Amino acid sequence: MADPIISFEKVNKWYGNNFHVLRDIDLFVAAGERIVICGPSGSGKSTLIRCINRLEEHQEGTIRVDGVELTDNIKAIEQVRKEVGMVFQQFNLFPHLTVLENLTLAPMWVGKTPKAEAEERAMQQLTRVKIAEQAQKYPLQLSGGQQQRVAIARALCLTPKVMLFDEPTSALDPEMIKEVLDVMIELAGQGITMLCVTHEMAFAKAVANRVIFMDQGQIVEENNPHEFFDNPKSERTKDFLSKILGH
Amino acid sequence: MSSVFEPIKPRTAPIKTEGLIPWIRTNLFGGWSSTAVTLVLMALAVYLVPRLLDWAVFKAVFAANADACQAARGIGACWGVIVEKFRLIIFGRYPYEDQWRPEIATALLVALLIVSCIRRFWKPWLAVLWIVVVPLFFLLMGGGWFGLEPVSTDQWGGLPLTIMLATFGIVLAYPIAIVVALGRRSNLPAIRSLCIVYIELIRGVPLISVLFMASFLFPLFMPVGKTPDVLLRVLVGITLFSAAYLAEVVRGGLQAIPKGQVEAAQSLGLSYWQTQRKIVLPQALAMVVPGIMNSFIAIFKDTSLVTIVSLYELTGAMSLALNSDAEWRPFKIEGYLFIAFIYFIFCFAMSRYSLWIEHQLGRSRTR
Repeated sequence: MADPIISFEKVNKWYGNNFHVLRDIDLFVAAGERIVICGPSGSGKSTLIRCINRLEEHQEGTIRVDGVELTDNIKAIEQVRKEVGMVFQQFNLFPHLTVLENLTLAPMWVGKTPKAEAEERAMQQLTRVKIAEQAQKYPLQLSGGQQQRVAIARALCLTPKVMLFDEPTSALDPEMIKEVLDVMIELAGQGITMLCVTHEMAFAKAVANRVIFMDQGQIVEENNPHEFFDNPKSERTKDFLSKILGH
Repeated sequence: MSSVFEPIKPRTAPIKTEGLIPWIRTNLFGGWSSTAVTLVLMALAVYLVPRLLDWAVFKAVFAANADACQAARGIGACWGVIVEKFRLIIFGRYPYEDQWRPEIATALLVALLIVSCIRRFWKPWLAVLWIVVVPLFFLLMGGGWFGLEPVSTDQWGGLPLTIMLATFGIVLAYPIAIVVALGRRSNLPAIRSLCIVYIELIRGVPLISVLFMASFLFPLFMPVGKTPDVLLRVLVGITLFSAAYLAEVVRGGLQAIPKGQVEAAQSLGLSYWQTQRKIVLPQALAMVVPGIMNSFIAIFKDTSLVTIVSLYELTGAMSLALNSDAEWRPFKIEGYLFIAFIYFIFCFAMSRYSLWIEHQLGRSRTR
């Protein structure tokens, strides 16, 4: 693989002294690749993607994002965070700011974009996630699905090269999952690098180039979705798939 | 076969639930126990209110006449004492012929405070106004320029001193409190320990002892003649004392902010200070407005303790005014009621203002 945009080399992470949450992770992501990460709860999948923008720090190994190695160097971390957008399970919109202010905050304060330009770009992103008419509302006045779409738009406002999704549909009512997935599918068609922790297997089949299955802090199996779902190699993967697809 | 929908015409409720009489019925005579309480309280009011009015209004002496007051003792209030001692109570020991100076200075300061409370004026020029008015206050009070007689700070007193101590105590303590609250949650052990030690030390001693130290102990450690002004020392004492309490109130708000808010801000590339300023503090402070206002009101009233170090603010000036005059000394109750009224006006205004702030901040939280 030529010049991965994200690389993990022998990465280990512990919570405290005894909880070994990531074990010898090796992972290379090419620019434009769309990866779905799945696995049982506590398998380290969220921790893995949170290491990419240094919301979690690792203790061993090397992580590089777009050529920058993640260490304690704050400048490097801020550099990486400008290139990496993130969408959270709990949306994490800023409730004291309007939808529009949520979107313009980072461009104005991190990107030093003038207000008028930031607002114009924000409105484009809101239009893209089909929520432009709610720009002046406060986040808590929106439905869960709408909030998550705003969160996606907010992450896109810094025009990141990589988008991380941490179980973006897990906190949503069933009816609202589709509207968020539609936005993500649309995004996948535009060549942005995506890493998505999710249990939406239909989404994985539709958009992923690669599916990664994790258990107990390790990458158990990775393959293209076709092979992964129809012809899983490991017993653990088969067991997991039978549980989430079996009904 | 399809049925035709026929709307039923709206009717009024059979028992009225809105209006004066229903309100009385539900709130005053809701059951036998509440009826009993209502009757007892009404009987008490019938018994007490006429006596109170008699004392405070009908049999009271309003003129500054000591003999008339003496004659009315025990029967009617002597409001004349306030007329007689008004200037001394309000301005303390400030030289009589120069009392127009604290009058103007305090009026300016109060006007500045009122303007600062109004949202429409939250513009950059407000900061300029502060930079102008605050030195002007001290120049007017202290004198020594433009032919104004110098008045040393130990002669400042009464309401101007109370308002001045409270204002600067609050204005200085608030930012310190925020920094200390953030420091106590810092990842850096040195900063965190420093903030904890500061808060715990201050909370471990009463304000009076802080004032004593500022006033009497501190000069002992300074070279002779180099001690900062007593008023300044006391102001620093009040500020540091209040900041410790305020810091804990602010920390309560900081702890209520979900971790996800900080993570979202970080993932957008905001720095630590940007995150605190734009995301954490606006939400944290909004949550603890009632607690913050509690502290502010406490600071305002705690200024009365500086009497202990011979600074005669409102309470001290009142005692001074009446104790120094045997003729009027018996009418302290009226004097205390008067200053209580002044304190109440300020504290009630602050409490109403905090309700308004809460209402303003609550708008983003309504669905």
